Amino acid sequence: MVTPSLVLFYLAGVLTLGGALGVVMSRNIVYASLGLIVALLGVAGVFLLAFAEFLALVQVFIYGGAIVIVIVFALMLTRLEDFRGLSDHKQWPLAALAAMAIFGVLAAAIARTAVSTQERAEVGFTVLGERLFTDWAVPFEVVSLVLLVALIGAVVMVRPTGDRN
Amino acid sequence: MISLAHFQVLSAALFAVGLYGVLARRNAVIILMSIELMLNAVNVNLIGFAAFGDFAEAHRTLGQVLVVFVITIAAAELALAVAIILRLYRNRGSANVDEVNLMKW
Repeated sequence: MVTPSLVLFYLAGVLTLGGALGVVMSRNIVYASLGLIVALLGVAGVFLLAFAEFLALVQVFIYGGAIVIVIVFALMLTRLEDFRGLSDHKQWPLAALAAMAIFGVLAAAIARTAVSTQERAEVGFTVLGERLFTDWAVPFEVVSLVLLVALIGAVVMVRPTGDRN
Repeated sequence: MISLAHFQVLSAALFAVGLYGVLARRNAVIILMSIELMLNAVNVNLIGFAAFGDFAEAHRTLGQVLVVFVITIAAAELALAVAIILRLYRNRGSANVDEVNLMKW
């Protein structure tokens, strides 16, 4: 039965996979990053269709905003001319084979496994926040510490080493 | 009717595309983007189960909590990877992974 949500899901899915194919196929790295934005926004649409409004928002802010901007910064700080005319590895047919094989295995596993499902149900903002800050408060704090340490590490790593050279 | 299988198949396809990108491309930045695609595939799967899985509500919420953690770790990983790529580019003048063979046996 074709429902509006199904049509929207296919739209978001096509957007996601099209953007993803743009990332892995394009010869120009700027087009690849545009494809990444399209794919990530498509994933945000898929999140909305699963009633995960908070995570759709997070996806748009963190992925569509911060992460893509960091990647574009990486392009800007390395010289852009080098990135035109990207080439693939010589063994790209092998890579395509591996990707198709893993898709085949996963699709077969999905088709064979019976999961008891229910009607699409919402996990509300309040419930998510409550769980995150009660049951999962310690992992949440640890993960924020991990993020902080990683960011400091990144800053230290890219700092020019003036005293050694 | 939209179902869990839709989410699972989309997740599998997105993961396969990301895997192809990681294996076939030579540029480190594109490989990084492909890794982000694979992480998003995992998130789609988790969200699908959180919405459709026949579990208690606490367990369905756990799916979304895990996605929050995955996104945070992805951000940390991305920051470090970009730092490594910049360093690599500064030292070797290239961001192609197959030219990084200093530790290759």
